[in-house]
Amino acid sequence: MRAETFRAVAEAVRAGEPVVVASVVESDGSAPLGADMVLRPDAAPEGSFGQGDLDAAVARDALGALDAGRSTTRHYGPRGEARGQAVAVFLDVYAPPPEMVVIGAVDFTAALVDAAKLLGYRVTVCDPRPVFATPRRFPRADEVVAAWPDRFLEERGGRLGPRDAVCVLTHDHKFDVPALLAALRTGAGYVGAMGSRRTHAERVERLREAGVDEAGLGRLMAPIGLDIGARTPQETAIAICAEIIACRTGASGRSLRELDGPIHKAVAPA
Amino acid sequence: MRDVLDEVDRWLSAGQAVALARVVAVEGSGPRDPGATMAVSAEGEVAGSVSGGCVEGAVVQEAMGVLAEGRPRLCTFGYSDEQAFAVGLTCGGTIRVFIEPLTP
Repeated sequence: MRAETFRAVAEAVRAGEPVVVASVVESDGSAPLGADMVLRPDAAPEGSFGQGDLDAAVARDALGALDAGRSTTRHYGPRGEARGQAVAVFLDVYAPPPEMVVIGAVDFTAALVDAAKLLGYRVTVCDPRPVFATPRRFPRADEVVAAWPDRFLEERGGRLGPRDAVCVLTHDHKFDVPALLAALRTGAGYVGAMGSRRTHAERVERLREAGVDEAGLGRLMAPIGLDIGARTPQETAIAICAEIIACRTGASGRSLRELDGPIHKAVAPA
Repeated sequence: MRDVLDEVDRWLSAGQAVALARVVAVEGSGPRDPGATMAVSAEGEVAGSVSGGCVEGAVVQEAMGVLAEGRPRLCTFGYSDEQAFAVGLTCGGTIRVFIEPLTP
């Protein structure tokens, strides 16, 4: 890899910008082994494998891999023919970090922020009370916003997608019903809400009255978290993050020793 | 490469040669997804990983070879290639690791 390519990736990753490095990892001589290209959305490719059609095919597939958020190897013919045997190109995808929005600056929030940072999320804490919504209380949060959660989610929720999460920790109907209404209108892959079963039963009624249908209620992960007996804020943060991972992967959340089959499931090709 | 950016920067600033080893394909049960990266400096310092620790030693050796030759190589580690490769993955999968020098 060219040092220049390495630096381009480092800059993009640190700035949270998307980038793909395409590298020739096998070649019959049609393209130089180890050659690389740097691809970004809405920008001209940097570098070349020496054959225009191959470059174009790789650039197209690189942006597809970026959308899927998954690094993968593709095979091409000498002129970029799909599934050829001449050249194997590794598409190394650097998607921006997934986002987590934590609604409520409560005592569980700081631990959840720390756990989410460990998992690589960009984390925003939102609470309408300026006394509680301070960066000093959540030093590891990327952003702390003193605003009404429903308004915040209406303004900023449009960019949330399948990799992103909204965790509502307020467990107060006054805050969390409007916040959940707004959260369920986003494309966030995970929407969870804290609260006892009784709190949740009441919340479900209020959400129904506000017009949330069964599909919307079915998306809502509440009471939030996996059943691991968590009590402290730190343990609860682990229970929530474990549930977020299990939702994304579709795994059971049970102990591996109670299950059969491979531990690392094969990822379906993008 | 996310996990190795700072270390590799440091090695490059110190004028050290660096090899990058990236997982480019995983078949069956593999511990890390494609893109997992390990970097090796000419002085034998290591950052990052490509598996759960099963093949890292072998990758360092290959990386040293790559730095000496100045040419990339694609290595396969796994269960299904027991005879060709002394080092395997205990999880029963196969990983392909592309190892290359960082060139100025």
